[in-house]
Amino acid sequence: MSRFLRNQGWVAGLFALLVFLFIITKLIQPGYGSGDFGSLARAVLPYAFAVAAQTIVVIAGGIDLSVAAMMALTSVTAASMMNGASEEYALFVVPFVLAMGLVLGALNGVLIVVTRVPDIVVTLATLFVLQGAALLVLGAPGGAAAEWLKASVIGTVPISGLPDWADAWVPKALLLLVVCLCIIWIPLRRSRLGLSIYAIGSNELAAFRSGVPVARTRIIAYALSGLFGAMGGLSLTISTGIGAPIPGPYLLASVAAVVLGGVALGGGKGGLLGPIIAVFVLRLVRTDLTLLAIDPNVTAIIEGAIMVAVVMFGAFITIRGRPAGAMP
Amino acid sequence: MTDSATMPQPVSIGRRLKRFMADRPLIPLIILLVILVVILQMLRPGIVNERWIANTAKFAIPLAILAGCQTMTMLTGGIDLSVGTVATMSAFIMATQIVNQDPAVAFLLAMLPAVLIGLVNGIGVGVFRVHPLIMTLGTSLIGTGFLQVYQRTVIASGARIPDFLNWLGTGVTYGFPNALLLFMPVAVLIVFMLNRTGFGRLLYAVGDNERAARLSGVRYWQVITALYILSSLLAGITGLLYIGLIKAPSLSLAEPLVLPSVAAAVIGGTSIFGGRGGYMGTIIGALILTVLTTLLTILQMPEGGRRILFGFIVLFVTAAYLRIIEDR
Repeated sequence: MSRFLRNQGWVAGLFALLVFLFIITKLIQPGYGSGDFGSLARAVLPYAFAVAAQTIVVIAGGIDLSVAAMMALTSVTAASMMNGASEEYALFVVPFVLAMGLVLGALNGVLIVVTRVPDIVVTLATLFVLQGAALLVLGAPGGAAAEWLKASVIGTVPISGLPDWADAWVPKALLLLVVCLCIIWIPLRRSRLGLSIYAIGSNELAAFRSGVPVARTRIIAYALSGLFGAMGGLSLTISTGIGAPIPGPYLLASVAAVVLGGVALGGGKGGLLGPIIAVFVLRLVRTDLTLLAIDPNVTAIIEGAIMVAVVMFGAFITIRGRPAGAMP
Repeated sequence: MTDSATMPQPVSIGRRLKRFMADRPLIPLIILLVILVVILQMLRPGIVNERWIANTAKFAIPLAILAGCQTMTMLTGGIDLSVGTVATMSAFIMATQIVNQDPAVAFLLAMLPAVLIGLVNGIGVGVFRVHPLIMTLGTSLIGTGFLQVYQRTVIASGARIPDFLNWLGTGVTYGFPNALLLFMPVAVLIVFMLNRTGFGRLLYAVGDNERAARLSGVRYWQVITALYILSSLLAGITGLLYIGLIKAPSLSLAEPLVLPSVAAAVIGGTSIFGGRGGYMGTIIGALILTVLTTLLTILQMPEGGRRILFGFIVLFVTAAYLRIIEDR
């Protein structure tokens, strides 16, 4: 019970931090309005999916280094398939790319289970492989995205019964994010499978002895991570209109947000809400730095430093809770 | 391929091969290298001559030094993914500072970021216990940010490759590349350090059983900090050598060497989990990869395909070594 309170307390504190940052943003830029919030939501979209992908694997006691490469591969695949194709063809591309993410993620899990090589090495190897595959699909940034897909993250959703001013604060990108995450996360969290994922992350041996199918659960966790990664890749293609074969800074960002979101790097603890709020916090910090008219390259340095500091803090907390000498 | 090398044993070849590989990892590696050279010679008769050997050595040396960084960090169970950024920074700063500064001052300025990044890596890994992979990835992101900011300040003054580095990187004397002048002492130093000094023993001890090492009085964080600074310094020196070879300062100069440097150390028999391996194997690993790259270039395999292959090599070799350890 106390752990539950502590976890929820962490998320609540994070939310308070987010609100605080919004207030600061408003102070820096009094004109900050719903339109800016919409662009924040759009910027958050790929990061949020990357974080979701990382979260599920970290809860299962692993780590996925191939998140960014997975996004790059799915993004270029979607962009090159939609290049010059009809609008309707995209209806086929989206499920295809999602299935591709699911299968490639499952492949990660299978490799880990079969070779018995630790997660971090296997996903490092698949990071190379997926990066290479992305370069094979598209040698340079290019491709295209269907117009209706691009439109699906721009603007707001008209909700009947809400006044216009409130409606303006519900950007389509945010709604898309919430729907995509909830559709997978909520049933998962309530199912036996979700419990198994927490169980193998918490104590693999105990889970095994209580009859949890450890290997299968791990594979499914990685498959779902791949699915989220594919969503992230699609959202990249949708929001930029092209695919880029070079992975963005999503790996470090996802780990930082997972740590900041209260998910222990050892596994078995935390939820999805915390990391998602953490992504908003990290993005909003960037927005603020931009609003303060700081050179974008300097912003990148500050952002990187914040992420490293967060990860250091998280590792420090983790090590405090363990006997000396036990490395994750 | 390696079967033919150890055929004389009629019974349970697989097991004997494993034992053989575990006892003398260098011999199968050398055989593999020879096989690759023979294949190359068969594909392009006459390609293997003095000039080719010198050229291969020239390109293998920077890779071998960076792989040395990986070897040393891997011995402690770590990895250093910031070597690419550090090498690029040193090279870029050297090339731009030499225009206005004294060579010695330029050299010191070029080594400064290397030391700083190594220090931050060491503190992050040693004191805060962040996973080395995440930590070095983070510092390399920050380093790239700094480099971009720095680039703007020197855009007016331009860049020049010092003649000395040109001579060192590209020159050949009596059929021997001049780079050997730098590489030989570095290699001897690393091998001597790993095998004959207390610091080298500490690296093995920490990687083999960190808890035992701590309990026997090893100051973990001091060892790790010294290690990562050393690794960064070597990477910085490699950058200077590499710019003399490539002759075009860019912001992603040494980045393509990072994945192969990890692969070279893994192929060379250094365990990515720590405690086992050595630098001689890594050197041969670097040679194997350089010859393999030539081979793949002749076969016209694109960059993406090469990365995929490197990924599979890392995974396969790690899994294979894991089996060998389990058998003993």
